[in-house]
Amino acid sequence: MDLTVIKSSVLASGPEIIVILGACVALMLSLVPRPGQGRLLAGLSLLMIALAAMMSLSLGQYPQTAYAGMFVVDSFSTYLKMLLYLGTALTILMSTSYLTAENVAKGEYYVLLLFALSGAMIMVSGTDLLIIYIGIELQALSIYVLVGFLTTNTRSNEAALKYVILGAFSSGLLLFGLSLFYGLTGTTQLDVMSEVLDVADTSSPLLALATMFLLAGLLFKVGAVPFHMWVPDIYEGAPSPVTGFMSTVGKIAAFAVVLRVLMLDLVVLDPIWRNSLIVVTVLTLGTGSLAALVQTNIKRMLAYSSIAHAGFLMLGLLAGGSDGIASVCLYLLVFTVMNLGVFAVIILLNRGADQGEPIEAFTGLARSHPGLALITMIFLLSLAGIPPTGGFFAKFYVLVALIEANHVVLAVIAVLFSAVSAWFYLRIIMLMYMGETDHPAKVQITSSMGLALIVTLIGTVLTGVLPAWFLSVAQAATEGGLG
Amino acid sequence: MTEVPVLSILFLLPIAGAALIPFLRDTNTVRWFALEVLLADFLIALWVLLNFDASSAMMQFGEYHAWVPALGISYRLGIDGISVWFVLLTTLLGWICVLASWTSITNRVREFMTCLLAMQGLMVGVFCALDMILFYILWEAMLVPMYLIIGIWGGANRVYAAFKFFLYTLAGSLLFLIGILLLYFGGGQSFDMLSLMDTQFPLQLQIWVFLAFLVAFAVKVPMVPLHTWLPDAHVQAPTAGSIILAGVLLKMGAYGFLRFSLPMLPDASQYFAPMMVALSALAIVYGGLLALAQSDIKKLIAYSSVSHMGFITLGLFTLDPMGMSGAVIQMFNHGITTGALFLFVGLIYERTHSREITAYGGLIKVVPLFGILFAAFLLASMAVPGLNGFIGELLVLAGAFGFSGWAGSAGVLGALIGAAYLMGIYRQMLLGEVKTPGDAAVWDLGRRELACAAPLLLFVVWFGLYPKPFLTILQPSLDHLMLQLDTERPEP
Repeated sequence: MDLTVIKSSVLASGPEIIVILGACVALMLSLVPRPGQGRLLAGLSLLMIALAAMMSLSLGQYPQTAYAGMFVVDSFSTYLKMLLYLGTALTILMSTSYLTAENVAKGEYYVLLLFALSGAMIMVSGTDLLIIYIGIELQALSIYVLVGFLTTNTRSNEAALKYVILGAFSSGLLLFGLSLFYGLTGTTQLDVMSEVLDVADTSSPLLALATMFLLAGLLFKVGAVPFHMWVPDIYEGAPSPVTGFMSTVGKIAAFAVVLRVLMLDLVVLDPIWRNSLIVVTVLTLGTGSLAALVQTNIKRMLAYSSIAHAGFLMLGLLAGGSDGIASVCLYLLVFTVMNLGVFAVIILLNRGADQGEPIEAFTGLARSHPGLALITMIFLLSLAGIPPTGGFFAKFYVLVALIEANHVVLAVIAVLFSAVSAWFYLRIIMLMYMGETDHPAKVQITSSMGLALIVTLIGTVLTGVLPAWFLSVAQAATEGGLG
Repeated sequence: MTEVPVLSILFLLPIAGAALIPFLRDTNTVRWFALEVLLADFLIALWVLLNFDASSAMMQFGEYHAWVPALGISYRLGIDGISVWFVLLTTLLGWICVLASWTSITNRVREFMTCLLAMQGLMVGVFCALDMILFYILWEAMLVPMYLIIGIWGGANRVYAAFKFFLYTLAGSLLFLIGILLLYFGGGQSFDMLSLMDTQFPLQLQIWVFLAFLVAFAVKVPMVPLHTWLPDAHVQAPTAGSIILAGVLLKMGAYGFLRFSLPMLPDASQYFAPMMVALSALAIVYGGLLALAQSDIKKLIAYSSVSHMGFITLGLFTLDPMGMSGAVIQMFNHGITTGALFLFVGLIYERTHSREITAYGGLIKVVPLFGILFAAFLLASMAVPGLNGFIGELLVLAGAFGFSGWAGSAGVLGALIGAAYLMGIYRQMLLGEVKTPGDAAVWDLGRRELACAAPLLLFVVWFGLYPKPFLTILQPSLDHLMLQLDTERPEP
């Protein structure tokens, strides 16, 4: 490997390097505590993310592979990285006031967020199963610590421990699947692997076993039923901004890997996993929608809601084809803004992590803060998929892809569960507008929080009212990925 | 004809108004502002009606903008001789709703008027939309303000009623969405309603799509057995909510049949016509019997709506020119009369806070103006000749007898039952000894209340005595629809 190749490889992974460097600088700075440090580190992190985003955008115009085919820069990875930046930046904006309120304003928080982001970025760009695995672990390890960041809170600690154990278990599944693939094909690199598999006997039981392990490991990260048990507990216990981060950035990265491995590269495995994925998808939609009905903690409810949304995303995978993949890409964008929007409101309503987050915290919000209640209603309606919000258009596009691929029964199941899930979003709207309380929530909206709310609101409304541009970007990303 | 996007103005003006309301000073300003916006909207609708070319069956005042070109979704508006009447009905009831809520809504007036304005904009949009997805978006977005109107300003059991309304309608309309997509990928390759109407779909597909559409529209109409949300929603909703529900929202179900099921799925419509007629006959008789058994006047009128809407679907699915024109006339007239009945129930409820029919008596002696007008609307609802209900019901019955003697007989039976319960209200509440619930004081209609009732009365009498202008504008569009129903169309 001569010098120019190394140079171009380093250049291609520039955004990742910027983010990791940013994390290192933040780590150094956090060693010397000083007043106002939280704001400084938050600002630094945002700056690094902005730099990485600019670099990604300029790199995205020149599709290229780097590090001997283990790493790729294309419009698919660029699009998803932009979503990762957006999700992380919004998380940072929401975190500052929360950390102060919870008395855990430590610099490591931003360091860990940036490391998690870089892990997610590597997952998005990796085209070698080992690189992807490294990305997954980098992201997961950072999030384990973030989940337990409320060191004096037992729920947070419990969640972190559960997550470590279950996360390690799922990584084991994934790694076992990878090793089987390596044994069968003699490579970990996806494009070579797909060439080998093209001529291999796809009915071999060993290949089926390898695929199932790989799928199980990935579905665990996505939070699909029956690998969803960890989601509610960990969503509930983690600090609210971290929950928001996991449910968006974590989901984007996990789906990026699923798309990359199953839809773009190892398409040949499709007949092996299709039937199992159909079962898993229906179970995921059903469990997520039905279990959310009975939750009394808002974060638990959103955990089940995010399981249901994962089900919808998996419908996009089942639809397949360029519209199926593009629908997943678009859905991830919309889900990021609307879900983080709701989390911003949850953080605003936070009365201390020890109190938990009962849904009653929303009671009477329309009286004390009519504007905030209206914004929250828009986010919730979007999550429920009611037009003219982005949530509707995202679901609509998934349905388009499904029916185009002739999966009418799945589409009917999906919309029926979607109607069921409307109930629990409506319940919060009901509490806000129709509930009466003597102690309505009093919230203080800081400027960074306000910015996060505005960005998420604009994103949610714009993707619903003028979806054409977002759609074309998602479709272009898909074209780039299919290359 | 004109370069001004009239329909967009008609549809977006109330929505823009709704967006401005939060910036107004006090509740009285809000009330006046809402009234002015909706009156302006009504005047524009009148202007549209006066400039409507009655000789054409084509879509008029058309507008087109690409919206999501990659999926073939466009912003396409236009009205024909059918929808122009529903736009007028919607805008007429709109400002009447504001007046009807003037004193009865004192809590969160700002939010209430925002909901009313948003509702009106979306409803007008639904009647103007010529793109399936645009139609769907507006159709479903409507649920939100209505949910809030019932849920915030409704009666004691409002939250339950609001949820039931929302979830019933949502479940139905999601299947409608699937139906739209099936048409798109089943050969339509377009979301443009007009081009879908000209496409011949295979019978098998038509049957499935018809069933998907049926669920959505049958919930909205509502047809038995999907009607159970209606009494709850009506009883709990505030007066304005009831007027909108009965006057416009229920019509949208029938409008859906008229706009989608019949012209786009003519073969399936033929195929399912006997079933639809049977369901309609069931709704007419069953709804009537339920109404007969009610002691709560709002519930009674709600069930009478089920029965009357049965006439409309009956007329539509006789697939007969007479029955169909009767159905459309009935749609408009039912909007006027039932809107008026709910208005009057609201007026008396505002005075006495009771809806028990037996608690009233001899009202015509104490509040003569109220009594006479109420009686007029009851008679109109009963389809007495000379008032607006007559012609529609007559045509529907004629069509029904042409379809089958049983359907016609069920219609006649329903009309008789209708006469029984409406006369029952008339006799109990207006005649006899004077009594009011708990001897509450009642007073006659004020100027504001008269202003609500007068335009409705005008339409009741006008269309009762001289329905020709209505029929002239309607006829070309209906003839066109009959042509579309003729299934011997060439392959595209």
